[in-house]
Amino acid sequence: MFSYLVKRILSFLPTLLGVSLLVFLAIRLVPGDAITATLGTEAGMLTDVQRQALERYYGLDKPAWQQYFIWLGEAIKGNLGFSIRHGKAVSSLILERFPLTLELALFAIIIALIIGIPIGLLSAIKQNSIFDIAGRFLALIGLAMPNFLVGTLIIFVLSVYFRILPNAGDYADFATNPLKNVQQLFFPAFTLGFAFSASVMRMTRSSMLEVLNEDFVRTARSKGLANRRVINRHALRNALIPVVTLIGVEMGYLLGGAFIVEQIFALPGLGRLTINAVSQREYALVQGASLFIALNILVINLLVDLLYASLDPRISYDDSN
Amino acid sequence: MTTVTRRGKKPSAWVRLLRNPSGLIGLCIIILFVAVALLAAFTISPFPPAAQHVKDRLTGPSQTYLLGTDLFGRDLASRLMEGAKNSLYVASLSVLLASFLGISLGLMAGYLGHWPDNLIMRIMDVFFAFPALLLALLVITVLGSGLNNTVLAIGIVYTPIFARVARGPVLAVKEMEFVQAGRSLGANPLRLILKHILPNILAPLLVQISLALSWSLLTEAGLSFLGLGVQPPAASWGVMLSESRGIAERAPWLMFFPGAAIALGVLGFNMLGDGLRDVLDPKTRSKR
Repeated sequence: MFSYLVKRILSFLPTLLGVSLLVFLAIRLVPGDAITATLGTEAGMLTDVQRQALERYYGLDKPAWQQYFIWLGEAIKGNLGFSIRHGKAVSSLILERFPLTLELALFAIIIALIIGIPIGLLSAIKQNSIFDIAGRFLALIGLAMPNFLVGTLIIFVLSVYFRILPNAGDYADFATNPLKNVQQLFFPAFTLGFAFSASVMRMTRSSMLEVLNEDFVRTARSKGLANRRVINRHALRNALIPVVTLIGVEMGYLLGGAFIVEQIFALPGLGRLTINAVSQREYALVQGASLFIALNILVINLLVDLLYASLDPRISYDDSN
Repeated sequence: MTTVTRRGKKPSAWVRLLRNPSGLIGLCIIILFVAVALLAAFTISPFPPAAQHVKDRLTGPSQTYLLGTDLFGRDLASRLMEGAKNSLYVASLSVLLASFLGISLGLMAGYLGHWPDNLIMRIMDVFFAFPALLLALLVITVLGSGLNNTVLAIGIVYTPIFARVARGPVLAVKEMEFVQAGRSLGANPLRLILKHILPNILAPLLVQISLALSWSLLTEAGLSFLGLGVQPPAASWGVMLSESRGIAERAPWLMFFPGAAIALGVLGFNMLGDGLRDVLDPKTRSKR
């Protein structure tokens, strides 16, 4: 296990370097030079001397590879540049907005698990019953409805039939006002979690069906154990292992999906910040946010791999295997 | 329904797909989708999609305007048809690009092995670290928004998935006797890959293509919804859904029809993908 851990972390580092290189290159490929990209139309008012001074200041007079390492060095120190529009350091903007995005994603996971696991389990236990057919149909609909459609429909129903406009007021964070925070995040999290609950349901169902056909479940049944006990004590734990992996794999989707949901419900999270940065061509912010999210996803994938190993006794990462 | 087939004669994949409920429904939805898009491509629609009938703004569905009109008095049915054309254009071209690049890279990685395999797959891992929408946003930051840039952005986003799906089976197929025999006879590697390996790994790739079409449809609609994909006044289901916000209370049809079109399109490709998987995957087949 230890050697696997070391290998896994060692393979994580080149990917991380690759991510940083991709983000750096993407912004370098933006048409026009970086000064014009940063200052916009105001760049036209610069004299040659001013432009050269700025190029020296930002290190743009150096070769590209040197610029990359300078940028990377600064990024490691936490300096991701400065947002002119917000008048703040990119890193502090990201750290301000990320907790909301993360909370939204975690809230969505909880909702998806609450909906998806029981339906998936019952579907598997009562295979081919009306309940199973209804559950599978619901999952199919869930997967076909993108979160921006679900969100738009929720806002429509709430505003037309209940005269409620979700998040019309100021956003309250969890630490300041937990109740208001949960109220404000419930519908966005439901929007985000709806499609994910369909994936959870499908995964739970197929994995439970597989486990119910395994020898150890048959043995437990042949020992005369009650069906409920067989399911709760023997099948459930094993059936839920792939769901853990699914959460890890889908975390990226949830963080990406949170971008649209934040925009629909006007939530001041990292997603909304990034989308606005793309529209307003705030390159340092796009660069910083992309790097930050990719780093998070790499770390989550690493943790899921390790969690997977500790949950499933059949999986061993010893060199002998 | 039980079908009697002569012993030893297996029905073709097409017949099996048509007998698969999920595959059949998916195929029907997609045929409808393509037919509507083709009508729009040949400018056969009730009205020109951009024509404004100012006097009939926000009119509900009627005999004249089958699905109603929008804020500018444009016929919603005609714009939905135009949206189907644009969505299908983006989805099919981006999947064509992603599958061409991804399958080529996957074939190379799997066939060559060693350091080219490592290099290609580590580069793909880098792309996998980004959520699809974020990667698309990053590409759009570089290229700018618009129909063709959306194609490129989505094509790049889904390339790594094709590389990964293609590489796995290549590793198994390249060890098979007929490939080894070809190698030992000094066959041209490109010919060996295209004539012998590729046809043997087509099944998982076809499933992937169908699923990728549904994802790219969703990504295009999502980007357009955010105002970063297809740009108004061009019609896209995502743009139309976004435009309905704020006026959906007065004109719910503006939200309902584009929403239903997106869901139906995605459902069609998903069901076809599920059907193809049932029909082509030997593991599922043996279970039935």
